[in-house]
Amino acid sequence: MMRLFSASLAAMIMATPALAQDHTQMDHGAHQMPAAQEAEPEVDHSTMDHGAMGHGQPASPPNSLTGPANAADAIWGADAMRPSREALYEEHGDMQIFWFQGDRMEFRARDGEDGYLWDVQGYYGGDIDKFWFKSEGEGSFGEPLESAEVQALYSRAIAPFFDLQAGVRQDLTGPDRTHAVIGIQGLAPYMFEVDAAAFLSNKGGLTARIEAEYDQRLSQRLILQPRAEINLSAQEIPELEIGSGVDNIELGLRLRYEIAREFAPYVGIEQEWKLGGSRDFARLAGEDSSVTNYVVGVRFWF
Amino acid sequence: MIKSNLSLSRRRMIGSLAALSGLAALPMPAWSMGKMGGPVRKGIHELSGAKIDLHIADGRFATGGRSGHAIAVNGTVPGPLIRLKEGEQTILSVHNMLDVDSSVHWHGLLLPFQFDGVPGISFPGIKPGERFDVPLTPRQSGTYWWHSHSGLQEQVGHYGPIIIDPAGPDPVQYDREHIILLSEFTPMHPHAIMKKLKVGEGYFSMQKTSATDDYPLSAEERRMWGRMRMMPTDIADVSAPTYSYLINGHGPEDGLELPFTPGERVRLRIINGSAMTFFNVRLPGLSMTVVQADGQNVQPVEVDELQIGVAETYDVIVTPTEAGAFAIAAESMDRSGMAQASLTSQPGREAAFPALRDPPLLSMVDMGHGSHGGGMDHGSGEAEAAEPMDHGKMDHAAMGHAMPEAAPADAHSGHDMAAMDMSGGMDMRDTALLPASVKTGPGIDMVAMNPQDRTGYPGLGLDDVPHRVLNYRLLKSLEMDHHKRAPDREMELHLTGNMERYMWSFDGRKFSAVGDDPIRFGYDERVRVKLVNDTMMAHPIHLHGMFFELVNGQGHYQPKKHTVIVQPGSSATFDVTTDEPGDWAFHCHLLYHMHAGMMQTVSVAFPGGAA
Ligand SMILES: [Cu+2]
Repeated sequence: MMRLFSASLAAMIMATPALAQDHTQMDHGAHQMPAAQEAEPEVDHSTMDHGAMGHGQPASPPNSLTGPANAADAIWGADAMRPSREALYEEHGDMQIFWFQGDRMEFRARDGEDGYLWDVQGYYGGDIDKFWFKSEGEGSFGEPLESAEVQALYSRAIAPFFDLQAGVRQDLTGPDRTHAVIGIQGLAPYMFEVDAAAFLSNKGGLTARIEAEYDQRLSQRLILQPRAEINLSAQEIPELEIGSGVDNIELGLRLRYEIAREFAPYVGIEQEWKLGGSRDFARLAGEDSSVTNYVVGVRFWF
Repeated sequence: MIKSNLSLSRRRMIGSLAALSGLAALPMPAWSMGKMGGPVRKGIHELSGAKIDLHIADGRFATGGRSGHAIAVNGTVPGPLIRLKEGEQTILSVHNMLDVDSSVHWHGLLLPFQFDGVPGISFPGIKPGERFDVPLTPRQSGTYWWHSHSGLQEQVGHYGPIIIDPAGPDPVQYDREHIILLSEFTPMHPHAIMKKLKVGEGYFSMQKTSATDDYPLSAEERRMWGRMRMMPTDIADVSAPTYSYLINGHGPEDGLELPFTPGERVRLRIINGSAMTFFNVRLPGLSMTVVQADGQNVQPVEVDELQIGVAETYDVIVTPTEAGAFAIAAESMDRSGMAQASLTSQPGREAAFPALRDPPLLSMVDMGHGSHGGGMDHGSGEAEAAEPMDHGKMDHAAMGHAMPEAAPADAHSGHDMAAMDMSGGMDMRDTALLPASVKTGPGIDMVAMNPQDRTGYPGLGLDDVPHRVLNYRLLKSLEMDHHKRAPDREMELHLTGNMERYMWSFDGRKFSAVGDDPIRFGYDERVRVKLVNDTMMAHPIHLHGMFFELVNGQGHYQPKKHTVIVQPGSSATFDVTTDEPGDWAFHCHLLYHMHAGMMQTVSVAFPGGAA
C-alpha cells in the first residue's frame, strides 16, 4: 500500500495536471497495463548500497575484473585475432573522410569588366582531428588575378558544433605575404555556418575575416542563402590598399537548386562596400568603392 | 506476380518440401559465377538438416527499375531460412566466396561465444575462399535471424531468417506461417552512405522543414529548433527514396503475394533485418495477436499496429475469416516509404495498400525534457510506471543526476515549447547532469535533462493513432521466471552522439577508443543495466549471447529480449544474468551508428575465473 501510494504520488508530481487526472480515471484492469505498484517489487533496494555505487560506474565484483584480456585469443590464438581486432576497432569510430567543397564557383556580372570568384575548402581526417584546406580568389576577365590565397590548417573539434583551426595562409597575388592563421569554424545557434579567422602576416599585419551563411530551405531542393562577410584590419596596410578598421563588407543572396545534394547551380546578387581607409585607397586608385555583382555559379561537394 | 517461395505451410503439418527440391534443381548457382555474380534471386528458401551450407557471394540485385551490387547467400536476398529443431545438432558451414573477409552472426542464438560470428571479438573472421563451421545444438526455440558482422555487408543483402521449432509442443497454435523479413535495398554503396552521413547533415531526408512545408510547427518552435541546431524531422538517417523497402527481398513493385485460406490462423514471423529502418507494421482490417518477441513467447496481446526496431522480431497471429487480399503494410518510421506484400486467398489478387501517413515530428520529450506528450492520454499508463525501480529508497544525492521527482517543473513545461524561455532557461547540454563515467566532448551534442522510462511509448508517430498499438509494457513473458534474483548491482550506460558530426558512442567514447576496455561482468552476476539515451534518435541496443529481461513493470513476467529500443531522450532498463562466459558484442543495431562507434565489448568471466 505504501508503494502504491508513493508510486501514485510520483506520477502525480511528474505528470501535468491534465495527465494526472487522466490517470486517476483510467481503468487499469481494462488497459492491462502494468501500474507501478506491480512494477517494482522484485528488487529490494533497501539492500543495495547506492552510495557506494557512484551510479554509472559501480564497483565490479572481484571476479569480473579477472577475465582474460581477450577471450577469443584462448580459442583462436592471439596472432590470428590481432589483425581482425585492430580492424574492428578502426572500423568502428576511426573512419577517415576526405571531403572537397566548392562553396562558391561563380561568374560575376557587374559594371565594367565581368569577373569570377572561387571559394573552395575541404578536409581529410576523423571526427576530431582534420587537415583542412581553403582557397579563395577572384579577378576580372582580361586582367591579372585580383586576389588569391590558400590556407593549410590543422582543425580540431573543440565543441559539439565548432572546430578550432590553426595554420598558414599564403597569398598568391600582390606583395608576397604569408600569414599565421587561427580561427574557428562551425555551426552557430539558429543554424548559421560561421567561419572566423585572424591572420598575422610575416610583415606584422594583423587582419581578420568573419563569414556567415544561412540556408533557408524554400523546398526540399530550393535553398535561399544569405551570406555576409566582413574583413577587418588592425592597422593601415598601404601596400595592400587596406585601411585600418573595417576594410570591407559583402552581403550576398544566392538561390540554389540542389539537383543532387552534391551539385547545386545558383543565381544571386552580391553587394560589396569598401569602408574607411580602404574606401579612400579605392577612390585614389580610381576604383568604385561599392560594387554590385550579379552572380551565377555552382555549389558542389564530393 | 511473384509468389513467396518460402514453404508456405507448416511443414510438419502439411509436409511440403517443394522449396528444398526447387533449390536442388537449380542448374547453376548464382554464387558460383564469380565477382559481381549473376542476378540475385529474391525470396526465401528453406534449409534444414544435420549440415547446412551457406555460400556468401557477390551478385546483382534489382527491384523497381533499380539495380546494384548485392551480397547474396546461396544466390538469394535474403539468404536462406535456416530451420532448426531445439535439441537437434546441426553444423552450419559458412563458405566465403567474396574477395573480402566475411562472417555470420546468429542473432539471438545462445551458443559458445567463439561461434557468435563477430570478427575481432569472437573469432578472426572468415577469409576469402575459406570455410567456417559452427556446431550448434539449439537450446531455445523461436524466430531469429542471421547477418554479416563484417564491414557494412549487412546493408547489401547478407542476412536471412532462422526458425527453431520447439522440442515439445508449440504453445502457439497456427495453421500456416509466413516469414515477413523487412529490409532495404539501395544501389548506393554503403561506404558512400556512411560518408554522406558524416559530411552532409540530413543528406537523405526529403522531409525537412522548409518555408513551404505544412508541418504543425509555430514560428516560435521553428526558431527554437534552429537555435538548438537540431531538426524535428531528424528521424531516419537514411530513408526513401534512397532506400527501397523490401519484404523477403521483394520491393513494392514486385507484388509479393503470401497465400492464406479463410479461417486459418496465420503466423507471421516478422523480422526487422534492415540496416537503419524502424517499421510501423499493420494489416488494415485485421488485428494482430502478438505471441512472441525476439524469439521468446509472450502472453498473447492483441493490437492493430506495432513498431518494430532494427533487429527485433515479433511473431503475430492473424486470422482472416473472409476471402480476399489484405495489405501487409510496413511503413518506415519517418513515413518516407513502405514495404508491402499481399496476404491473399486468391492468387493474382493484390491488396489495396494504405497511403503513407504524414511524417511525424520530434518533440521536447525526445530531447529528454520529461513529460509524455502534452496532455495526450496515451492510454498506456506511462507516468505510473515511468520508473519501475523504487526510488523512494534510493539515495538520489549520491546519484548525481536529475531524477523525475526532482524536476516537476521541467516535466510540466517540457512540451509547452512556446512558453519556454529560450534565451536563458534551457540548456540542451548540461554536462553536469552526466555521471562521471561519461566522457564529455564534441561527441555529445545533447544531454537529456530529465530522461524518463518510456517503455510505455508505442514509438514515434504512433502515440496518437486511433487504434491499438503495441508498446513494451504490454509484453509479458508466457512463462513465469521462478529463478529471478534481485540484481547484485546496477550500472548506468549513456547513449551519446552528435547528429551534426554523425558521431555515436556509449558514454561519450567510441568503440575505437575503448575496444580494449570492455564492460566486464562476473560469471552469473545479476546486473540491472539502465540505458539513458542522451540523443534525439531511437537506438535499438543489442546484446549478443544472452537474453536480458526488460524492466517493464511485469514483475516475474518481464519479457526476455535481445534488442531493446531506447527512445530519444529517455531511458530503458534491463536485468541480465551473465551466465554465458566469453566476449560478446554490445551495440546499437543501426548499422551506421555501430560503424561510427556505438559499440562495446561485454566480457563475461568464466566460471571459477578460468578461461
Ligand atoms: Cu544508434
